[in-house]
Amino acid sequence: MTKYIGKRLLYMIISLWLIVTATFFLMRIAPGNPFASEKKLPPEIEANLQAHYGLDQPWYQQYFDYLINVVTWDFGPSFKYKSQTVNDLITEGFPVSFVLGFQAILIAVAFGVLFGVIAALRQNKWQDYSTMAVAVLGISVPSFIMATFLQYFLAIKLQIFPVARWESFMHTILPAIALAAGPMAYIARLTRSSMIEVLANDYIKTAKAKGLSGGVITVKHAMRNALLPVVTYLGPLTAGVLTGSFVIEKIFGIPGLGFHFVTSITNRDYTVIMGVTVFYSILLLLAILLVDIAYGIIDPRIKLAGKKGE
Amino acid sequence: MKKRWSIFLSMLLLASMVLAACAGGGDDNADGGDGGSDVPQELKVNINTEPPSLNPGLAEDSTSGTVLRNVLEGLTRIGQDDKPAAAMAEDWEISEDQKTYTFNIREDAQWSNGDPVIAEDFEYAWKWALDPANQSTYAYQLYYVEGAEAANTGEGSLDDVGVKAVDEKTLEVTLANPTPYFLELTAFYTYLPVNSKIAKENPDWATDAGENYTTNGPFHLAEWSHSDQITLEKSDTYWDKDAVKLDKIEMYMINDPNTELSMFDNGELDWAGSPTGALPTDAMQALKDDGRLETQAIAGVYNYKFNTTVEPLDNANIRKALTHAINRESIINNITQGEQLPAMAIVPPTMFQENEEGYFPDNDVETAKEFLNKGLEELGLSDASELPEIKLSYNTSEAHQKIAQAVQDMWSENLGINVTLDNAEWNVFLDSVNSGDFQIARMGWLGDFNDAMNFLEMYKDADGGNNNTGWEDPEFQKLLEQSQTETDAEKRQQMLKDAEAIFMDAMPVAPIYFYTNNWVKDENLKDVFVSGLGDVQYKWAHFE
Repeated sequence: MTKYIGKRLLYMIISLWLIVTATFFLMRIAPGNPFASEKKLPPEIEANLQAHYGLDQPWYQQYFDYLINVVTWDFGPSFKYKSQTVNDLITEGFPVSFVLGFQAILIAVAFGVLFGVIAALRQNKWQDYSTMAVAVLGISVPSFIMATFLQYFLAIKLQIFPVARWESFMHTILPAIALAAGPMAYIARLTRSSMIEVLANDYIKTAKAKGLSGGVITVKHAMRNALLPVVTYLGPLTAGVLTGSFVIEKIFGIPGLGFHFVTSITNRDYTVIMGVTVFYSILLLLAILLVDIAYGIIDPRIKLAGKKGE
Repeated sequence: MKKRWSIFLSMLLLASMVLAACAGGGDDNADGGDGGSDVPQELKVNINTEPPSLNPGLAEDSTSGTVLRNVLEGLTRIGQDDKPAAAMAEDWEISEDQKTYTFNIREDAQWSNGDPVIAEDFEYAWKWALDPANQSTYAYQLYYVEGAEAANTGEGSLDDVGVKAVDEKTLEVTLANPTPYFLELTAFYTYLPVNSKIAKENPDWATDAGENYTTNGPFHLAEWSHSDQITLEKSDTYWDKDAVKLDKIEMYMINDPNTELSMFDNGELDWAGSPTGALPTDAMQALKDDGRLETQAIAGVYNYKFNTTVEPLDNANIRKALTHAINRESIINNITQGEQLPAMAIVPPTMFQENEEGYFPDNDVETAKEFLNKGLEELGLSDASELPEIKLSYNTSEAHQKIAQAVQDMWSENLGINVTLDNAEWNVFLDSVNSGDFQIARMGWLGDFNDAMNFLEMYKDADGGNNNTGWEDPEFQKLLEQSQTETDAEKRQQMLKDAEAIFMDAMPVAPIYFYTNNWVKDENLKDVFVSGLGDVQYKWAHFE
């Protein structure tokens, strides 16, 4: 197990290096620079700025400086937000994005599994049709439409929740639902199909024959196996929720990291682009590793040590 | 478990709403007007984004400007009549040659920590911005001061900059040229003072609210939660505190026009739209019909710049034909929808009143055709279809795209000139425009100070940073230079008008419209002052 994790960590470092390198070069190939604006700077001042931020150095020098920044975890100041460093942006923005993402994943998994199980147990009955109809809607309505829709009805019309901002628990509910809707629907469908498959297995019939109650069979015997695809989906889901939170953060005025992840690119805020990309990459690589470990715990048939690293 | 319940309930609601959605009408009369007798003087506004810097020397954008203008105060402040009025400076003397200004700073001028505001605070702030080591991108706003440009570009010394604290309360400023609008400039944020005592010891004084961020304006910075909210509170140490009515201003950073309007409709904001935020364009018409939309012209112009160094745009008659054949009224009514003013001149009417009419009629297709024929003749062509390909570039934005499509259609319909559209991301677009790799490009210009010079100066030299058109004219240059030294205001105004006439005759730029600010506000909110440049001040604002 430790050997497996050690090997995976090594692969993570290699992936990270590839990501840093690719980001660095793509970023520098893109036309434009962080100081471009509608009102052009006098050339002497622009040259002075370039020199201050080390942008006048040869590319390999800048590249190695970046690598050192990543290792020492010090990305320097933001080009655009002069009162903050990239580390500030991450430490202030990430906890907010994390709470939002965590709530969304919780809602998505809890309700997705619940709906999926109900639909599978009542296959081809009205419960099945109605939950799956809602699921199709959830998958096909983009999160930003869902967000405005929630704002309009629950906040403006019914006055239950505030329209936007991030102050109290009540403020977090609408954005979390908007972000969770898509994944929830997907999980519901996933659970339903694997549950139906599992329920048809012989061991379920045996359990029924033994006279076990329906609840025990569903929770103890069927769900454990039916949830495997859902666990697999958690990795990409974390990625999707984290990187996809930009739209939701923008609509609800949430001071999260997703906003910087996207706007830093249009701003050509080089240090922020690098910092946030590296940070997200580490997070996602870790999430994938955790999912793989969780996999082995839920289904002992999967031997981690024997598995080839991706 | 409570949380689960509320989520579950909202999910149920959601499900029922999916079905009820079609029945949802468009009546929104749930306005949050308080209107009580004991009105709390607390204002909630949206400022769109995190201000990139609250150090006046580093600020370079309107969001930072909005906060700075309300917490700090310069030698002058733009008053409610849109003219510079005495502020930190009680009065001033101007020398005979109009090049030396001696400002007398108020005895009772104080920082929020009780330190007196001294002349040194101004000298320090200006020189700090000019110091090339400090990366101030807006330092060129100070170039009117003698020696400033040399010091900033590293050719001169900071000691030779013409700003000097003669004693604690006297500041002497020497200008490079007589600058009739200098008192306008001293109200601009790059000219704001800094508490030199604190700033000298603590270079990071401006990164957060707290005891290091001292202010000398109507409000002080009570809270700065990055990317989320800024809270200003009324300052007790401000010299004119009796004029200040608001106790508190909450500034949110919501970067979505639809959310902004929803929050306003829900009573969570007292103001939505310009100058600090934005309204969704598709809501404009409805707001106008309700009579809620307020509109004010500001000093800014939306242009199509011609690259006069490439064929066929090097021909003035072709440029004129294109400019005359645009139906601006239709663009404003159908696309921008913000009561903008058709622009048939380059200097906004807030500076030259007669430019409401402009130099030619809008949508003048007949004249356009005449110019086209003349131009074709000069080029030795018989038909518009023989013209080399013309490309119209703009940066990614729904409004820019719609305008470009409309203009493309007008040119093809009215003149038979076919134009291709070229859309690029902002930074890519700027890169190609600044390197001259374009034919026609969209560009906007918002005034920094209330003087026509601000809209003409950039076209002085072909290689000037903001010219882009490659056009220059010796007569135009001469007039601008003469205007710099002309001390008679009326004569100077005439020189600038003559310069504009030369510009409009060569037409290196097709003006499209003059910008406006559009907003909705709480009906009880009074006296929020928006200047002709679109700068907002809350000093006199109050709720009734």
